[in-house]
Amino acid sequence: MSAAAQDIATRNAVIARAIIYAVLILFAVYYLLPLYVMLANSLKPLDEIRQGNMLALPQEWTIAPWLSAWSTAQIGVQPTGLKPYFLNSVLMVVPAVAISTILGALNGYVLTKWRFRGDNIVFGLMLLSCFIPFQIVLIPSARILGLLGLAGTVPGLVLIHAVYGLGFTTLFFRNYYEAFPNELVRAAQIDGATFFQIFRRILLPSSGPIIVVTVIWQFTNIWNDFLFGSSFSSVDSIPITVALNNLVNSSTGVKEYNVHFAGAILAALPTLIVYIVSGRYFVRGLMAGAVKG
Amino acid sequence: MRKMILKAALAALLVSPAAVAVAADEVEVLHWWTSGGEAAALDVLKKKLESQGVTWKDMPVAGGGGEQAMTALRARVTAGNPPTAVQALGFDITDWANQGVLGDLNPVADKEGWDKVVPEALQKFSKHDGKWIAAPVNVHTTNWIWINKKALDAAGGKAPETWDELIAVLDKMKENGISPIGHGGQAWQDATIFDAVVLAEGTDFYKASMVDLDPAALNSDKMVGVFDKMAKLKEYVDADFSGRDWNLASAMVIEGKAGMQFMGDWAKGEFLKAGQKPGTDFVCVRFPGTQGAATFNADQFMMFKVGDDKLKAQEMMASDIMSPEFQSAFNVVKGSAPARTDVADTDFDDCGKKAIKDLAEANSNGKLFGSMAHGHANPAAVKNAMYDVITRHFNGEMDSKQAAQELADAVAAAKG
Amino acid sequence: MAQTQAEIVPVLTRRQSRAPKEVLQDWLPKLVLAPSFAIVLLFVYGFILFTVVLSFTGSKLLPDFSTWVGFSNYVRLFNHPNWLTSLKNLAIFASLYVIVCSVLGLGLAILLDQKIRAEGLIRPIYLYPMALSFIVTGVAWKWFLDPGIGLEHIVKDLGWESFSFRWIKDGQMAIYTIVIAAVWQSSGFVMAMFLAGLRGVDNEVIKAAQIDGASTVTIYRRIIIPLMRPVFLSAFVVLAHLAIKSYDLVVAMTDGGPGTSTWTPALFMQKFTFGRNEMGMGASSAIIMMMMIFSIIVPYLYSELRGERRT
Repeated sequence: MSAAAQDIATRNAVIARAIIYAVLILFAVYYLLPLYVMLANSLKPLDEIRQGNMLALPQEWTIAPWLSAWSTAQIGVQPTGLKPYFLNSVLMVVPAVAISTILGALNGYVLTKWRFRGDNIVFGLMLLSCFIPFQIVLIPSARILGLLGLAGTVPGLVLIHAVYGLGFTTLFFRNYYEAFPNELVRAAQIDGATFFQIFRRILLPSSGPIIVVTVIWQFTNIWNDFLFGSSFSSVDSIPITVALNNLVNSSTGVKEYNVHFAGAILAALPTLIVYIVSGRYFVRGLMAGAVKG
Repeated sequence: MRKMILKAALAALLVSPAAVAVAADEVEVLHWWTSGGEAAALDVLKKKLESQGVTWKDMPVAGGGGEQAMTALRARVTAGNPPTAVQALGFDITDWANQGVLGDLNPVADKEGWDKVVPEALQKFSKHDGKWIAAPVNVHTTNWIWINKKALDAAGGKAPETWDELIAVLDKMKENGISPIGHGGQAWQDATIFDAVVLAEGTDFYKASMVDLDPAALNSDKMVGVFDKMAKLKEYVDADFSGRDWNLASAMVIEGKAGMQFMGDWAKGEFLKAGQKPGTDFVCVRFPGTQGAATFNADQFMMFKVGDDKLKAQEMMASDIMSPEFQSAFNVVKGSAPARTDVADTDFDDCGKKAIKDLAEANSNGKLFGSMAHGHANPAAVKNAMYDVITRHFNGEMDSKQAAQELADAVAAAKG
Repeated sequence: MAQTQAEIVPVLTRRQSRAPKEVLQDWLPKLVLAPSFAIVLLFVYGFILFTVVLSFTGSKLLPDFSTWVGFSNYVRLFNHPNWLTSLKNLAIFASLYVIVCSVLGLGLAILLDQKIRAEGLIRPIYLYPMALSFIVTGVAWKWFLDPGIGLEHIVKDLGWESFSFRWIKDGQMAIYTIVIAAVWQSSGFVMAMFLAGLRGVDNEVIKAAQIDGASTVTIYRRIIIPLMRPVFLSAFVVLAHLAIKSYDLVVAMTDGGPGTSTWTPALFMQKFTFGRNEMGMGASSAIIMMMMIFSIIVPYLYSELRGERRT
């Protein structure tokens, strides 16, 4: 290869990389735009939003909308802000994610390492449950919760979220454990390890990536749920999405967009943090198995 | 073994907080007045109840003009756990009453003589089979026009009293370079205008088509004429109207970007909050040809059957809602008229006084009708079937003749 | 029973002695699975059955099984202009959404896989929309697409006076704005799936091809992308069911407008069941929706699970 040709080749490579970066940045802008709009406008006084350019940075910076959304905005008849509802959501999400993840892990373990006749049918039926429109289960679920005495309680919401998360958690763990070497399980069995011992000592320690994927998925879905939250909660168990909806959906009156946006970001913070902190593990976890099936 | 575990688990479930009896003297209220001024107005009621020793447990669910709240209510009733009181509109109350889940307020109503003071058109919804089942909070009338005074002065200064005058004013406003009608393209807003246009064709026609759902009236030349007028009004709406919230349309009128808005009297709250004064900054008139008649919607709290332990608090709440002081205080804030005709209008502004006077007049002449657009003329299924046709026609998807035909067909199908 | 079970369990070897404790061990896996399965049978399949029955009744406000109406809900459904609009929109929305998300997801994953230095920064940016609910991001999108305050307004301010972008106000085009927002929400997730897939490709294969003198483009086209077939399938399933279930995004952005031009089946179902007090109609639309979903998922599941058995 002549020196000139090499020059051209490096130049082409540089150009190619420049284009790659340009495209990646362009899409980063596309993805960031709504968040930017929300953030910029949550830091403006309402007047500035009304007259101004939605993309402009605030001329007068203010954190008043954030304070209002958190602790003084009218939500229902009480001017409490989102604060009290945050805790309700945490109390609902943590057990629901834990239960559905543990059950999903056990199900995946049984479905791959203790196979039996019809196991694929069982799995198929459980998986299909991910795909039903949740509106149809509203009325019958309400009936069951009523019969169990759980209507309007946090345990009731936990139960519903755990139940309708089972399909996905089982799917994730099953596909992950499918790739896990059977030999290790068999060896442990010969050593006399019991069902739960094998699970705890052999599979669980190497389940990190898929636990991350499952927890992220479940956490996001349950935290963001509105339908179940609004139907199955009562005074003491209203989750934050329902409160947020109450904040932004007034039928009359001035819409305080800056407060709405601040509230929306506040309500989304836990899921955002989960995504950003564990994003790397997320891809690793997908790589490790979830993608296959 | 497994059975035992199950039993133990079930036992544990049953001793959950919900199973424990709730304290006496409290009301749980499901409503969608969740933010801003109206939530603050409701707080008046809460404070009053608290002063009487009743705890207010708030269950707000906003969205879709009550649709989300009604979804939640279904779940609550199905679970056998209904709230004490639920905000509701028109035929929704009747529908729930038909399920046999509502209580009986007659003991309070008889004692306080509600029959005599609540307009009869309202009682149609507040009573079921001779029993009071709901306490009305307010009456909104919907056949209003809210006009920017400056824009009106620039367009001749005289508020329109006939269709032709209305068109003349609109034309003038267009010439003056503003958007004549401030309007939001949402089905219920389109239907609110439609209501007024139908009412302007005469109260008999309104009753025949919107209340009695007479197919001959629905698919009539008169109805084609109504749709033609809707198409005419559409010409004065700006291009970006689609999907706009009603309060943003009000803001256009307040700021003088638009000339007028056709909207119920909750719109007044927006003008007042912007520091405008009726008569000097904005003008409230009835839609041309509807003076003397009125279409209304009324927010009510329907009362569910509750145990004896909660009955006292429920009755106290109903009584408080109906008290003239609360009716006045609440409606001054909300922009509506009181749900009883004997409340003094002293605290109300000019538009509020007009609303109270018009309401009483229409009521005594038998010209007060439930608004179709707001679920007070026909059940939800029919109302929404009408919405579909009205909004599609307003968006230019069909001509007026076809619209009248489809209106009749859709209503027939939805009546089922 | 324990005998037959041992025969078909591939991992478990047949036991010699059968002490009671070990019999329990044999049953334990099924006992562990049973509660989940029972719950799913009741909460999913029981409720689907309930909905099927409901769809043959004239239920209004609440379920009412005393009014049997046969197929008339279905007949009315397929004569209802809003349902036909919903189906048409679903066809447009679902196909564009699935295709654009897959292409974009794969494309971005490939670009991001070129040893990009800022990958750790870019990846969460692409991924985060999945973490947000549409209750308020819908407002941000609505603003951005609104010609009066959004993109059109901004571009005009920059000096391009004739620029026009008013799809959300146009009944013919509004459904495409929903595609834009939906792609925004999930394409990053699909990107992550493809990225994971790309990272899983055996480097040896690529090296061998490089030694043979294949260009990067050829390697991707001939070797890597065909290897992504399982990821395509997974992405397809996830996207297709999201498309059919898409509800909150439509409500937040257009609520079905202008007119009824952006109705979707999920919106139809919600509005009829809970807004219009026509629970029977709502149920029949739900059943049709589920039939559409299952007709996509079941063949996929079947081929996947059968494929596994073979290997």
